[in-house]
Amino acid sequence: MNRKSKYLAFPYSIWMLIFILFPLFLIFLYSITMRNPNDIKTITFTFENFAKFFNPIYINVLIRSISIAGFSTLICLIIGYPVAYLLTKTSDKNKGLLILLFILPMWMNMLLRTYAWMTILGNTGLINSLLNILNLPNINLLYNNSAVILGMVYNFLPFMVFPIYTVLNKMDVSLIEAADDLGANGVTIFRKVIFPLSLPGVISGIIMVFMPAVSTFVIPRLLGGGKNVLIGNLIEKLFLVTRDWNFGAALSMIILFIIFISIKILNMLKIDKESGVSL
Amino acid sequence: MKKKISKLYLTLVFLFLYAPIVVLVVYSFNDSKSRGTWGGFTFKWYLELFKDRDIKTALYYTVTIAVIAAVISTIVGTISAIGIYNMKTSRINLFLNINYLPIINPDIVTGIALMILFLSINIKLGFSTMLLAHITFDIPYVILSVLPKLKQLDKNITEAALDLGATPLYTLRKIIIPQIKPGIITGFLIAFTLSIDDFVISFFTTGSGVTNLSIEIYSMARRGISPTINALSSLMLVVVLGLLLIINKRTTLQVKE
Repeated sequence: MNRKSKYLAFPYSIWMLIFILFPLFLIFLYSITMRNPNDIKTITFTFENFAKFFNPIYINVLIRSISIAGFSTLICLIIGYPVAYLLTKTSDKNKGLLILLFILPMWMNMLLRTYAWMTILGNTGLINSLLNILNLPNINLLYNNSAVILGMVYNFLPFMVFPIYTVLNKMDVSLIEAADDLGANGVTIFRKVIFPLSLPGVISGIIMVFMPAVSTFVIPRLLGGGKNVLIGNLIEKLFLVTRDWNFGAALSMIILFIIFISIKILNMLKIDKESGVSL
Repeated sequence: MKKKISKLYLTLVFLFLYAPIVVLVVYSFNDSKSRGTWGGFTFKWYLELFKDRDIKTALYYTVTIAVIAAVISTIVGTISAIGIYNMKTSRINLFLNINYLPIINPDIVTGIALMILFLSINIKLGFSTMLLAHITFDIPYVILSVLPKLKQLDKNITEAALDLGATPLYTLRKIIIPQIKPGIITGFLIAFTLSIDDFVISFFTTGSGVTNLSIEIYSMARRGISPTINALSSLMLVVVLGLLLIINKRTTLQVKE
């Protein structure tokens, strides 16, 4: 190919400018401006949208979102790590099939996966119908925080398993053998060799689960019943119902900021571990 | 003993992953509306589904948008990937970083950003805005599946073709495209699957009666469980599973090659 062919990417550069960068800039612009009610044409720069956020109601929504997403991430890690580890231990013959089985749910429609739990937990759902047959009273399984956490774990578990699996699968077995030869027992090997080496995968997994969990509005709406709103629900409402775009944009900036900060912190942990500096 | 425990553990996790889906599919064939009882096997919910006008419209929009978006993003993505491949390294990094934004940004932010864009330049939300949004989130994936194939290319073959007097366009058509074709097709399939499956971004960028199947499921599910959604979900499941199996077969074949 000749030198001119680099210009082939030019049309898409324009596309990226219009449809990726400019819209993000617009969110930023909306978050720091306010419309003048008397004169629509003029906008004034303000930090009021962000100041508005420091109201106990909204702070609580943020804290709830972070803690529910964080708790779901933790459960994903606890369930997912052993899965990733066991997947690396299976025979090559079964490995391909098992991994495919794990990828499948990742590609299924998120609504579908969430809705599937409604059919199980709902008032007329599977569990309650079975209870009815046994003449036991109905229990409220849907529309609470546990249902939301369950939905998040179910939706995002594969995102935790894969990065960890990739790292564990590439791990140098001789390191483990060396530790074993030098007299370390199973727990010590795991604590001192396997886990530290798998940390980059764990961190990628945490990011990949926490990010969608903290910003989702579908799971809390369908499984939480819209009672305990999370920040995603709030943003959705601000844009589609109350049409307070400026405040909604400010909340979007806050979500992006939280994700950015958590990625930065987690990556710092990763770099420290890799360079051998203990924390 | 240890082996048994690990087998049991994996089985339990797979059960957790698949049980809800199985329940959903089984219920879509249940004649009785109440969940606890099995009223016999029926296709009635599927028939009801095909009679539902809203769902038919949603199906039409889902497929049309997925096809158009996948075709356009495959063409634009492939051309851009070739362009990126020939850029300076520093440029490549900048370009790819921006290209990554729609992938790493939360869907809700991408959706809202595009909605604000369309509304602030006075474009009415509807079919065209949803299509533009889909193309925007599809292209990055096409580029990311074509670029590795370009990197595997043997530069000598391209140079040989040019030395032997082939025009750049002829070289592109006869030498480069055939070699990166697997990446292009995988990119197309990923784009199509993502498009068919998308909810959040479509939800914010659509308007005036234009919906897709995901939006339809969402609005129905907010009202509670119904056997018709079960039927619709099962059908969508089959389609996505089919597409995935094709993608998976292609990638394993490529690895083997």
